[in-house]
Amino acid sequence: MKSFTYERAKTPAEAAGSVAKASGAKFLAGGTNLLDLMKLEIETPTHLVDVQDIGLDTIEKTKDGGLRIGALVTNTALASDQRIRRDYGVLSRAIVAGASGQLRNKATTAGNLLQRTRCPYFYDTNMACNKRQPGSGCAAIQGYSRQLGVIGTSDSCIATYPGDMAIALRVLDATIATVKPDGATRTIAMADFHRLPGDTPQFDTVLERGELITHVDLPRPIGGQHVYRKVRDRASYAFALVSVAAVIQPDGKVRAAFGGMAPKPWRVEAGEAGLHEDPAAAMETIFSGARPTEDNAFKIPLAQRALASAVAQTRS
Amino acid sequence: MNGKGELAVSRRGVIVGGTSAVALASLPASGQERAQAQPSASMPPAAMPVAFEVNGAPVELTLDTRTTLLDALREHLKLTGTKKGCDHGQCGACTVIVNGQRINSCLSLAVQHQGDTVKTIEGLGTPANLHPMQAAFIKHDGYQCGYCTPGQICSAVAVLDEIKAGVPSHAQDDITAKPRVTSDELRERMSGNICRCGAYSNIAEAILETAGAKA
Ligand SMILES: Cc1cc2nc3c(=O)[nH]c(=O)nc-3n(C[C@H](O)[C@H](O)[C@H](O)COP(=O)(O)OP(=O)(O)OC[C@H]3O[C@@H](n4cnc5c(N)ncnc54)[C@H](O)[C@@H]3O)c2cc1C
Ligand code: SF4
Ligand code: FES
Ligand code: FES
Repeated sequence: MKSFTYERAKTPAEAAGSVAKASGAKFLAGGTNLLDLMKLEIETPTHLVDVQDIGLDTIEKTKDGGLRIGALVTNTALASDQRIRRDYGVLSRAIVAGASGQLRNKATTAGNLLQRTRCPYFYDTNMACNKRQPGSGCAAIQGYSRQLGVIGTSDSCIATYPGDMAIALRVLDATIATVKPDGATRTIAMADFHRLPGDTPQFDTVLERGELITHVDLPRPIGGQHVYRKVRDRASYAFALVSVAAVIQPDGKVRAAFGGMAPKPWRVEAGEAGLHEDPAAAMETIFSGARPTEDNAFKIPLAQRALASAVAQTRS
Repeated sequence: MNGKGELAVSRRGVIVGGTSAVALASLPASGQERAQAQPSASMPPAAMPVAFEVNGAPVELTLDTRTTLLDALREHLKLTGTKKGCDHGQCGACTVIVNGQRINSCLSLAVQHQGDTVKTIEGLGTPANLHPMQAAFIKHDGYQCGYCTPGQICSAVAVLDEIKAGVPSHAQDDITAKPRVTSDELRERMSGNICRCGAYSNIAEAILETAGAKA
C-alpha cells in the first residue's frame, strides 16, 4: 500500500472541501472496497478524508411520503429498517443477498453505490486495463469474459457494475443527493448516476472531484410484491452472474432492473410495459443492442429465466 | 474446460472476481504480487496516534496510517488469536467485534477506530473460563486445523446477537418477519467465514446448541 495522510472531517462541507483541496485525496467510508483496492495499489490516494463523523447516518421520512437515507447508514442498518423491509422489500433483499454479515456491518450506502468493478483483469495489475490505467487496453475483451457485461459496454471496456443494492435502488426510482466543494447541491437520478464506459471507462459515475454523496432518496412506496433474485456460482458470499430486482403489481405489471449485465443497473422502462404479457418480446427490447461474448452469451437467457422465476414466485 | 485466456488471469484475480471458492492455499501469492507492484516515489510513511479499547483495556498506539486493525492487534498488541487468512475481506479469519458488531479487521484501518471498543477471541473467554460458544466448538469438534476458528467463534457470537436484534438475512422467505435460529439461517449468516478444513456441519451444530442453551 502507498502511504497516505489521514483526517476525519466533521461536516459534509468540510469533507468535500478537504478532498477538493488535496490532489490525490479520497473519501473513506467503511473502507471495505477502497482499502482492498489500496492494498493492491489499484487505488493510490495520498490523503484519506474519513467521513464517519459527519452525521448522515439516519433514515428519515420525507414530506412527500418517501424516505431519505443518509450516505453513512450501514448496509445492515438499511436492510434492517422496518420501513424499508415493509415498503421497499426489494432493497432489503438486495442488500442481504450481497457480501457477508461482517462486510454489511461496515459497508455504507454511499460506499456501496461507488464500489468498483470486479473484472478480474481490473484486479490483476499485470494485465492491460483501460479502467485502471487509461489507454493501456482491455485484456478482458479477448480474454475470459464469463463474468463480464453483455450490454452498455464499449470497445474500451466490457466490465459490469458488480453491486446488488444499486439494482434495487434503480427499480425503485431512487435519487442521489450530493454536495460539491463549493457548497452547491444537486440531485442525480439513479438512471443517470453510473456511466457507460464509452472511451473513458476510468470514470464509473457522473460524480465530480470532491463531490460528496449526502443522501439517497426513495420516492413514496409503490406497493406490489418485491423480489430480488440473484444467480451466482455459490449460494452465498459471491457476486452475481445475473440478478434481477423486480416489483410486481396486483394487475400483473412488472418493473425490473438487472444486475451483472452492464456497467450500470440495467433497466429499460420502454420494454417493461410488455413484461407481463409477452416477456420474451419485452426482454428482446430490454436487451436490444446487446453485444455478448462467446463466454457470457448465456447471461441473456439466464436473465429472462431469473425474471420469470421471480414473477412465478409472487404468484405461488 | 479452461476457456481461452483463462490461464492468463492469475488465480488470485479470478478469486477476487468472486466466482471461485476462496482458497486459502492460493493466498500467500498476493504478498509477492504486491512486492512486485511498480515502485514509484511515494510519500514518506505518515504516523498517527490512535486510542481504543481492546478486551476491556485501553490501548494507545502510534501507527503508520496504513496499519490495519488486524495488524495493530496481531503485530503491535501481540493478540495473535485473530488470524490473517486472505487480508482482503474474503475469508472471515480476521473477524472481531467492534462496538458490538462483527467486522473484518483486515479491511479496516486502525486509525478508523479511535474511541472504539474492540473484542477479540482473547476477550471472549479464557482456557479456564470458556465462552459457551468456545465450549460448544470443542464439544462438537467445530474445527480441524483451527486457523479459521477464532473468526468463526467471534462471528457466531455476533450472529446470535444479530438474530436477536432482528437483522434480516437472505435465508428468510418473509423479509419482514423476525428471524429465527435455524440451521439454514446460521449457514447463510456464517457464509462470511470460510473453513478450509470443511468443518461446517460441526460448526453449525455448535452454534445451534449455543443458541438453544441461551434461549
Ligand atoms: C469479499 C467481498 C465480497 C463482496 N460481495 C458483494 C456482493 O455480493 N454484492 C455487493 O453489492 N457488494 C459486495 N461487496 C462490496 C461491498 O458491498 C462494498 O465493499 C461496500 O459496499 C463498500 O462500502 P464502504 O462504505 O466500505 O466503501 P469505501 O470502501 O469506504 O468507499 C468506496 C468508494 O466510495 C467513495 N465514497 C465513500 N463514501 C462516499 C460519499 N459519501 N461520497 C462520495 N464518495 C464516497 C470512496 O472514496 C471510495 O472510492 C463485497 C466486498 C468484498 C470485500
Ligand atoms: S473490461 Fe474494463 S475493467 Fe476489465 S480489463 Fe477491460 S477495461 Fe479493465
Ligand atoms: S483476513 Fe480474510 S477476511 Fe480478513
Ligand atoms: S480452516 Fe481449518 S478448521 Fe477451519
